[in-house]
Amino acid sequence: MRRLSGNAAVFVLSAALVGAIGWLEGTRPGGLSLPRLTAGLVTLDLLIRAGVFTIILVGLNLLMGYAGQVSLGQAAFYGMGAFFSAIFTVKARQVGIPLTLSGAWWWPWVVMGLGAALVGGFAYLIGWVILRLRGHYLAMATLGLGVAVFIILRENLGLSRLDLTGGFDGVVGIPRLRVGTYPLWPLHRYFFLVWSFALAAVALGLNIVDSRLGRALRAIHHSQVAAETLGVNVPRYKAQIFATSAALAALAGSLYAHFQAAVVPATFGFVPSLELVLMSAVGGMASIWGAPLGALAILLLEELLRTRLRLLLPGTGGELEAVAFGLLLILVLLFWPRGLAGRASGPLRRPIPTGGAGQSVRPAGVPRA
Amino acid sequence: MRRVGSGGPHPPPEEAVRTATEQAIGVRQVSSPRRSLPAGQWLGGVLVLLVIGLVLWGRRHGFGLADYLQFLVDGLQAGAIYTLVALGFVVVHRVTGIINFAQGAFVMLGPMVTITIYGRGWPLPPAVRLLLAAGLAAGLTAVVGVAVYRLAVHPARGASLLTRIMITVGAYVALQGVALLLWGPRSYVLPAFSTLQMADRTFLVGDVLFKAQSLWIWVTAGVTLALLALFFERTILGKAMRACAADRLAARLVGVRVDTMATVAFGLAAVLGAVAGIVVGPLTRPAYDMGLEIGLKGFVAAVMGGLVSFQGAVAGALLLGVLETLWAGVTLAGFKDLFAFVVLILVLLVRPHGVAGGEEEVGGS
Repeated sequence: MRRLSGNAAVFVLSAALVGAIGWLEGTRPGGLSLPRLTAGLVTLDLLIRAGVFTIILVGLNLLMGYAGQVSLGQAAFYGMGAFFSAIFTVKARQVGIPLTLSGAWWWPWVVMGLGAALVGGFAYLIGWVILRLRGHYLAMATLGLGVAVFIILRENLGLSRLDLTGGFDGVVGIPRLRVGTYPLWPLHRYFFLVWSFALAAVALGLNIVDSRLGRALRAIHHSQVAAETLGVNVPRYKAQIFATSAALAALAGSLYAHFQAAVVPATFGFVPSLELVLMSAVGGMASIWGAPLGALAILLLEELLRTRLRLLLPGTGGELEAVAFGLLLILVLLFWPRGLAGRASGPLRRPIPTGGAGQSVRPAGVPRA
Repeated sequence: MRRVGSGGPHPPPEEAVRTATEQAIGVRQVSSPRRSLPAGQWLGGVLVLLVIGLVLWGRRHGFGLADYLQFLVDGLQAGAIYTLVALGFVVVHRVTGIINFAQGAFVMLGPMVTITIYGRGWPLPPAVRLLLAAGLAAGLTAVVGVAVYRLAVHPARGASLLTRIMITVGAYVALQGVALLLWGPRSYVLPAFSTLQMADRTFLVGDVLFKAQSLWIWVTAGVTLALLALFFERTILGKAMRACAADRLAARLVGVRVDTMATVAFGLAAVLGAVAGIVVGPLTRPAYDMGLEIGLKGFVAAVMGGLVSFQGAVAGALLLGVLETLWAGVTLAGFKDLFAFVVLILVLLVRPHGVAGGEEEVGGS
């Protein structure tokens, strides 16, 4: 494949870049550091968060850009992963796990894998039914799912006596990850870890796109009926990709939990779900490389809004961010639907206008005369 | 796929014409039992079982008849609010084929603008001031609704369904952000309509407590429904909008300006949302983020009614209000908002066309 070699080159380049940044921050040669080189804009903290979002976005792009299935509740899976890790490491004793297990260095890693697998399995079951819906209905159903998970997390899973999720306040004191006695902690080590996962997710995504599953997804996106007619098992493929995207989001959630050492439900509500969609749109939904690009672009923009705009418009804080996100989402979709990494012929390309007055709003399903 | 805008297979033309005709002359689709009856009955059965289950569960708490009547009254009050919001979804969806995710923002703008204008202290009697503020708020929200359509939705009319969905979502986020910018994160107080103070009048009928504001809500909802019916039945504009809902192409062929009708639909939906927000305002302490929850519930109600039928939306909204109140009464109060989504998923899975809906393409690209 022609594109594959290009992808491989970009992949190696990204890995080298990650290595260089990690090395720079780890050793600080001659007092140089990332914030100093970028006037305080880019920090390791930002890059780690970008890596976490990249993992989610790879799944989301496969789901939305390739399979054409909207998800406005992706942060729910992210939150489920984060809280799974938080609960089974911090509150291990309350859920009946002996200290010999929960004290071992490999325990958080097991929890992380288990969380991703369970969330993926849950999404597979949900996806089998929910993805029967299409268009607006699917959008609303996933939005509803996201809000429902958020409420359940906020309400202590309905088991207020156990106090597992900590209600509004969340869980604090999540341990850092380590391998044996080697802690993955000063930020630059964790940066390596997160971006290893992120690049692995990108590689996975690139492989899925060019696999049988990827071709099936594009067929479903183009026309579900045609795909079915050709023998594509539509519900199974949709559920599979939904589960994959959920498992990736859960993994990202675990990584986030061990990074922040604290999780609160508000991080995984409605607006974060939309932030993910915005990142996906800006990076280019129909592209795997859009995932890291979109995450970086939006986080940088956020940082710019937070630090620079406050100087211009004193007295404004996070409010402006929300306005900017909404407007940006609209503008990107209207004028730049392919995003940063878009190709000329992505699945989301704008339709060719067909004749003057004929292109006003039309009822779905009413054939053109 | 691209030519029909939102994609999906073309139904056979004759079926589409029949559908359009039936919709235009208002025939409910009871004549096709294959589609509407079994699933509808099934869903009805599930809902009845749900009610019985909840009532029996409530017995464990020792609830008596008075408690259930109280749930009914509170539920009908919530249902009246959901009705107004749901009608906003239905109007926009019928005329433009779009689900307007920004509907919740209209619900939030209504009371917030009202409170701001009311608090300006114009030298008028308080009651007049409140009425004026409410009227101005509804008008301003209508302008916002029209702006959302003209600036965001209309330019994307040729784009994929996915794009159009996310554009209205973006509009919601932007409006909520503007509200946060203008009013900050704190919640506000809208005075009760009958006392013009925070405290509201209440009265007991038997053992059931009625709030004066509930009466305002019911009266407003009733009057709004009547006005809407008059508008769609008796005015040229209303009839033209119904023509668009039935068949946009045919409507255009007979000279209806489809884009204008879509603009009017957004304005109308915004007014409905604003009115809902204003009348419920004294009961909820309005804040910038109140729109999401109430908007989603309005959508659930609209879906229960099939998204195209006004009667269905009213029935769905009242049912949702009552069931939800019952649910919150017998389970955890914090789980109240969960119920709507359980119902949503249930309804969508059993019958994506809703309970009373007609033919509606569910597919997307």
